[in-house]
Amino acid sequence: MKILLNNKTEEFDKDTMSVSEMLEIKKFSFRMRIVKINGLFIPKEKYDSAFIKDGDNVQMLYLMSGG
Amino acid sequence: MRLPDIQDHLRRYRVGIAGAGGLGSNCAAALARCGVGTLVISDFDRIEEGNLSRQYYFTDQVGMMKTTALKENLARINPEVFVIIYQKKLDPENIPVIFSGCDVIVEAFDKAEMKEMLIETVQTLMPGIPLVVGSGLAGWGMSNEIRCRKVDDTFYVCGDESSETTDEMPPMAPRVGMVASMQANVVIEILMEMN
Repeated sequence: MKILLNNKTEEFDKDTMSVSEMLEIKKFSFRMRIVKINGLFIPKEKYDSAFIKDGDNVQMLYLMSGG
Repeated sequence: MRLPDIQDHLRRYRVGIAGAGGLGSNCAAALARCGVGTLVISDFDRIEEGNLSRQYYFTDQVGMMKTTALKENLARINPEVFVIIYQKKLDPENIPVIFSGCDVIVEAFDKAEMKEMLIETVQTLMPGIPLVVGSGLAGWGMSNEIRCRKVDDTFYVCGDESSETTDEMPPMAPRVGMVASMQANVVIEILMEMN
């Protein structure tokens, strides 16, 4: 499937994957982060049950302390 | 549009600022100078001497509540701005109440956990309200790493998204100010498109 990940097209060798799987494949290991799929905020309790499919717009960002 | 017309437009809006530290105090000062009508600012800390390295406070304000001192400073910048302050630790229950009626909300916390809590609360309980987040401002130099990213219509992030404050990488006035100004600039951009 092809998805838009942080505004870049990325191809994955799967038909669908959970947010947790995507984070693992992409090695997004930093724990403090925000994930949105097609504009919908995904709480971290739902990373195993929220699925990403072909054509989705996925946004991920890290939250760094400091302010 | 000339500045008086811009100020007339901005006067109609209300902006929430969650936190009155480095990001919040500097962002509030910029928004007050632009003439945003109402600022709702929440913070529960007192000013410490170390804060003066980057936050919009003065030596004779050390020991004061940040919200009280900031209200005072904003009144000296632009007395026409209506400033509402809350001395509260923000949580998922009080955020929608404190910031109800705000046209835009600025995330200006220090700790990543608090940033996450605010983002989750606003994005799930206050859908449609644009949120401008700061992430990544530690240290010095690397000016061009600081950027502003529109995630979607209700979510913007300003900062380098990678530097974290530590003892060796403290938050310092120039980069903190850059991110705070960038957040204020996004707020103005959003408000100028509203009518």
